[in-house]
Amino acid sequence: MNNSPDQNGPASATEDEIGLTRRLFLGASGVSVLAAAHAGAAAPSAQEVADRRNVQFRINGNSVSAHVEPRVTLLDYLRDRLHLTGAKKGCNEGACGACTVLVDGKRVNSCLMLTVQCEGAEVATIEGIGTPEKLHPVQQSFIEHDAFQCGYCTPGQILSAIACIEEGHAADAESVAEWMSGNICRCSAYPQITSAVLAAAKTRS
Amino acid sequence: MRNFAYIVAHGPDDAFAADGVNQMPIAGGTELLNWLRLGIAAPADLIDISRLPGLDQIRRSGDRVSIGALATLNVVGEHELVHRHASVLSQACLAAASPQIRNRATLGGNVLQKTRCSYFRAETPLPWGCNKRVPGSGCAARDGNNERHAIFGWTDECVATQPSDPVVALSALEAQVEVVGRSGRRLLPMADLHVTQAEAKAAGRDPARTESRLATGELIVAYHVPVRARARSAYVKVRERASYEYALVSAAAVIELDERSCIGRAAIALGSVAQKPWRLIEAEQRLVGLPPIREAVLPVLRSAMSSARPLAHNRYKVAMASGAAARAVVEAGERA
Repeated sequence: MNNSPDQNGPASATEDEIGLTRRLFLGASGVSVLAAAHAGAAAPSAQEVADRRNVQFRINGNSVSAHVEPRVTLLDYLRDRLHLTGAKKGCNEGACGACTVLVDGKRVNSCLMLTVQCEGAEVATIEGIGTPEKLHPVQQSFIEHDAFQCGYCTPGQILSAIACIEEGHAADAESVAEWMSGNICRCSAYPQITSAVLAAAKTRS
Repeated sequence: MRNFAYIVAHGPDDAFAADGVNQMPIAGGTELLNWLRLGIAAPADLIDISRLPGLDQIRRSGDRVSIGALATLNVVGEHELVHRHASVLSQACLAAASPQIRNRATLGGNVLQKTRCSYFRAETPLPWGCNKRVPGSGCAARDGNNERHAIFGWTDECVATQPSDPVVALSALEAQVEVVGRSGRRLLPMADLHVTQAEAKAAGRDPARTESRLATGELIVAYHVPVRARARSAYVKVRERASYEYALVSAAAVIELDERSCIGRAAIALGSVAQKPWRLIEAEQRLVGLPPIREAVLPVLRSAMSSARPLAHNRYKVAMASGAAARAVVEAGERA
């Protein structure tokens, strides 16, 4: 984890959430502050309040106290409530992999998971992987192998690749192709992505 | 997505409250959330069964391997016991969906996924007829785009197929499904869990909306796969891309070889050709005594397709299914 609580000072609860930069967010002492601020700003109806549930979990090492309707997916919570927009909403039906995050170390489609199902979980998003000064080896490898064009699928590709390597499914190109198939790349950078994953796996071992 | 109440089940009894319409169980949710988005289901309550203790276990007990319904497809697919005693199931699990989905999707939910028919999967309100979605509205696929639809067991009311990969493997393995409900616990053969439209109609049920023999409130809790010391098995999935795609057709073969290396026993199931895994019972008997080579088994499997009733656009499935079955037999025979 790169985002130590004291690095940039805590974000104020009165701060306009939309205006928060990613860096500010990462510096926040606890994302629960932001979630609470949002809940107040949205002024939900009494019915909505009654239907909401509290969920305690962790995102990128920070404790989260979410107060959400059961229908809110983890992806929507990350993007709309916390403005962690690295996870992308490509298809919103589990077909593209752009929303891939790690939950308790396992890669999942965050569009196919309810926030209320995250109780007690440890979630990792691309915002918690590496820093501009010190990239994660998989991020570095994607740059070195030119493994993206538009970049839209890249956060999902990188989280998926980290898990793929961790699982031991990056032994050869065929295995990488099979075990990275849950991440679609419209620019079709597949050969470069495969090279990047293989190189990162090699460096690790 | 309409909102719903979320209830965490602490024991199986909590889950039996689910009537399947107003209260629905959720485990991995990879299929259910899309039903909610499309309007295929709109329950008032979701009952989360994913934290029920002990239901994700895989263990050998006597002459069977028992797999808890909450075991995920990746866990089942990579489990040593499944590899050793039911490699066809391992293959089928790992050929399903994507690594991300397989980390959430459970074997219990997978077999109850619904057809991929694009008319069925449209967002409500439907711009065309679908008897599964709106009773009495017709079946747009019957005379429409039906390349992916059934060649066995369909009726004019519905021509959908069951799309699961593990279902096909479990059927060929002659696994039993353990279900628990308000009136107790029971076992049913995997091949009897699902029903075709024709079977439902013959039983006086709605042919489009009756998909399984599960009763209201019944929950799949485990699968029991018989261990046959000499069995070898293989799964063949034919699809339009090599990974992360539904089958056009698939085939699972579980065979035993005799002392002459000829087929002593065979169980074969086809996938994506009907609303249930389609066993080739007669052909299985005729394969006995033949060597597990393509030239020998293909004629038998071809003739097994003579009862197929292809639709306007899926005649290709007839030859493709017998070819896939032949490949599965050959590949099973080549396994140690």
